[in-house]
Amino acid sequence: MDKDNDALKASEEQVLYANVLMIGVLAGLVLMGVTYFIYLTGIFPSHVDMSYLPQVWGKNVNEYLHLTNTPHGWEWTKLLMKGDFLNYIGFALLGLMTVVCYLLLVRGYMRQKDWAYTAISVLEILVLCVAASGILGGGGH
Amino acid sequence: MLKSRINMLGGQLFVLMAMLMTCPGIATATETMVDPAISSKPWWFWPLVLFVFCLVLGVLAVMAGVGGGVLYVPLVSGFFPFHIDFVRGIGLMVALAGALAAGPGLLKRNLANLRLALPVALIASTCSIAGAMLGLYLSSLNPDIIQACLGATIIGIACLLLFSKNTEKPVVTKQDAIGMALGIQGIYWDDGAQESVEWKTHRTLLGLFMFIIIGLLAGLFGLGAGWANVPVFNLLMGVPLKVSVATSKFLLSITDTSAAWIYLNRGCVIPLIAVPSIVGLMLGSFLGVRILAVAKPKMIRYMVIGVLFFAGFKALDKGLGIGLMG
Repeated sequence: MDKDNDALKASEEQVLYANVLMIGVLAGLVLMGVTYFIYLTGIFPSHVDMSYLPQVWGKNVNEYLHLTNTPHGWEWTKLLMKGDFLNYIGFALLGLMTVVCYLLLVRGYMRQKDWAYTAISVLEILVLCVAASGILGGGGH
Repeated sequence: MLKSRINMLGGQLFVLMAMLMTCPGIATATETMVDPAISSKPWWFWPLVLFVFCLVLGVLAVMAGVGGGVLYVPLVSGFFPFHIDFVRGIGLMVALAGALAAGPGLLKRNLANLRLALPVALIASTCSIAGAMLGLYLSSLNPDIIQACLGATIIGIACLLLFSKNTEKPVVTKQDAIGMALGIQGIYWDDGAQESVEWKTHRTLLGLFMFIIIGLLAGLFGLGAGWANVPVFNLLMGVPLKVSVATSKFLLSITDTSAAWIYLNRGCVIPLIAVPSIVGLMLGSFLGVRILAVAKPKMIRYMVIGVLFFAGFKALDKGLGIGLMG
C-alpha cells in the first residue's frame, strides 16, 4: 500500500479531535504562563501568602485547607481576583479540554450511526463531568 | 562522536539529578516535613529547585522511555518537603499536561487510535476516580499507608520495565468477538520499515479488565499509567508497539483528567509548585525528544530503572517506618 493511501490517514473525527485539542492545550499552557507571572509579580494579591506556604505544604490537604482558609471544589471561581487562584483557570481549561473534544466525537459518531461509540462517548462525558463537578472529591474537611 | 557526546550529556544530567537529590537542603527535606531549615528558606527556593529538578527529569524520562508522572511522584515525595497529597495531585497534572500536549500529533499521524482508546478510557477513567478517592481517604487515615503502597508499586514498575520484552508487531491470527464488535483494528504507516501495517486485537475482554486495575493505581498514586498501558496493549491484546505507545500516551489525557479533577477539587494542587513542575517537565521533554532524535542511550534507561528501585525502596522504608534509608 502506498504511503499516501487514504486508508492510512486518520479518520475525520480523529483529526477534528486533534485540532480542537491542540488549540485548547496551547491556550491552557499560555494561560498558565500568564497567570503564574501575574501571581509571582503580585499584580493581584494572593489568598495564601507565598512566604507562608513553606510552613504548610508539608501538612496533609485537610490541615492545609484549614490553616490557609482555602476553599475546595469550584469555590475558587469566587476568588479569581487572588493571584494564586487565578492559576486555576489554566488548570481548569486543561481539565475541560477532553470533555469538549468528546462532545465533537458524539456528534460525529451519531452522524455515522455508530451507536456503540456514541454510547461510550456519552458515558465518558458523564464520568468526566461527575469528576469535575466536585460532588465526589470536594468534601472532607 | 555526536552519539557519545549525547550519551555523556545524559550521564551529566543524571549526575545533576543525583546532586540535586543529595544536596543538603533536599536531604534535610526528607527528614521531616516541618523542619525549621525548610520553612526558613525563602518561598522561591523550593519552586526553583523543583523547576530545575523537573527539567532534568523531563529529559531523562523521554530518554528512558517512561512518562514524567511515574518518576515525579516517588522522587518528589521522597526528596522534597511537600506532603504526598500535593505531590500526587500535581503528579497527575504533570502527566495530564504532557499527554494533552502529545495527543494532537499522535492522533493526526494515526498512531494513537480512537477506537482502541475510547472503550479502555471509559473503564480506566471511571476506576481512576475510585482510586483517587480511595487514595485521599487512606491518606487522611495515615499517609504512611499510601507511602508504603506507592513504594511497593514503584518497585513493581521498575521490575516491569526491566523484564518486560515488548513485541514490535505481535501476530494476531484471529480477532476475538468483542474486538470485532467494537471494530478495534486499524492500519498505519511504519516509516522505519517503509510499509503499511494492519493490526487487530485479541484477548480484548481480559485487556479491558486489566484497565480496571490500571485506572485504580493511576488515581490512587497520581501516577501516569503508561508503564502499564503499553504492556497490556502490546503483550496481551496484540497491538503493535508503536500504536500501543501512542494510544497509551493519548489515553492518559482522558484517564488522568478524571482523577486530576478529584485532586483539584479537593485542593491538592498548589499553583506555586504545580506550574514549575508542569513547565519544567514539558520543557525537559521537548529537550529530551531532540536529544533522542540523534541517540538512543540505553544506559540512561537502566539508570532510571535504578532510580525507580531506589525511590521505591525509600518510599517503602518511609511508609513502613523502618528508617533504613534516612
